[in-house]
Amino acid sequence: MKAHLSRRYLFSASHRLHSEAMSVQENQQTYGKCNNPYGHGHNYTIEVTVSGPVDEQTGMVCNLTDLDGFMEREVLARFDHENLNTLKKFTEEVPTTENLCIQIYEIVQRGFPLAHLERVRLEETMMNSFEYSGAAEPVF
Amino acid sequence: MVYLTRKAEFSASHYYHNPDFTPEENLRIFGKCNNPNGHGHNYTLEVTVKGEVDPRSGFVVDLKQLKEVMNREVLDAMDHRFLNKEVPEFLDRIPTTENIAIAVWQRLVTKLQSAKLHRVRVYETPDLFVDFYGEA
Repeated sequence: MKAHLSRRYLFSASHRLHSEAMSVQENQQTYGKCNNPYGHGHNYTIEVTVSGPVDEQTGMVCNLTDLDGFMEREVLARFDHENLNTLKKFTEEVPTTENLCIQIYEIVQRGFPLAHLERVRLEETMMNSFEYSGAAEPVF
Repeated sequence: MVYLTRKAEFSASHYYHNPDFTPEENLRIFGKCNNPNGHGHNYTLEVTVKGEVDPRSGFVVDLKQLKEVMNREVLDAMDHRFLNKEVPEFLDRIPTTENIAIAVWQRLVTKLQSAKLHRVRVYETPDLFVDFYGEA
């Protein structure tokens, strides 16, 4: 029987929203306070949802130890306590939470084969969050 | 279609052990959860039902009835219990969060009156939860 398993992870990082494709005024208009050249930071929460049949032998969709280990190595180690703008990916695109959410989805999608990735939800603050499910319609 | 969610909380103990595995395999796969004396969690249950809004009552479902069914079918059986030893489903099935969500679904699905069960979500901790949408 198929179930969905969701796990939440915390990390903290700084960023500045600024697009090279826009003028100084456009950047200020578009990004407001987030355009401050010195950057600012957030405590992000990632919520990863994976799905699959519940294994008869273990009662699990996947072993949480494997998911936790993967997320620690491949996601948290990459982003936690970093300035996102200094990372290679974000020298090419603006480190909005939308783009960060898509990047985390792609890292899990490519690198974690032990369950099917349904969705990545990324909370930038308690008041706003972003979800990405790839091409699939999200299940709620 | 309108979706309505009701929450409840229960506290229970459990441990993970498969008699088909060796003691070493059990420990490797289940880690700390394999301690045979058990450990506990405060679980949060979210039951989501769906249906059309009744034009006379304005309800998708009578919340009082839903609460009573959840109390009778789930909380009375699982709250303050050792799941492995006291809940029939878990005498021969490991009480993982996945299996708890499935058991809750199976306990509720035939007992709801007007609305249709859409999702059972079980939080083992605020950072870990399972959704079950039925067998389809």
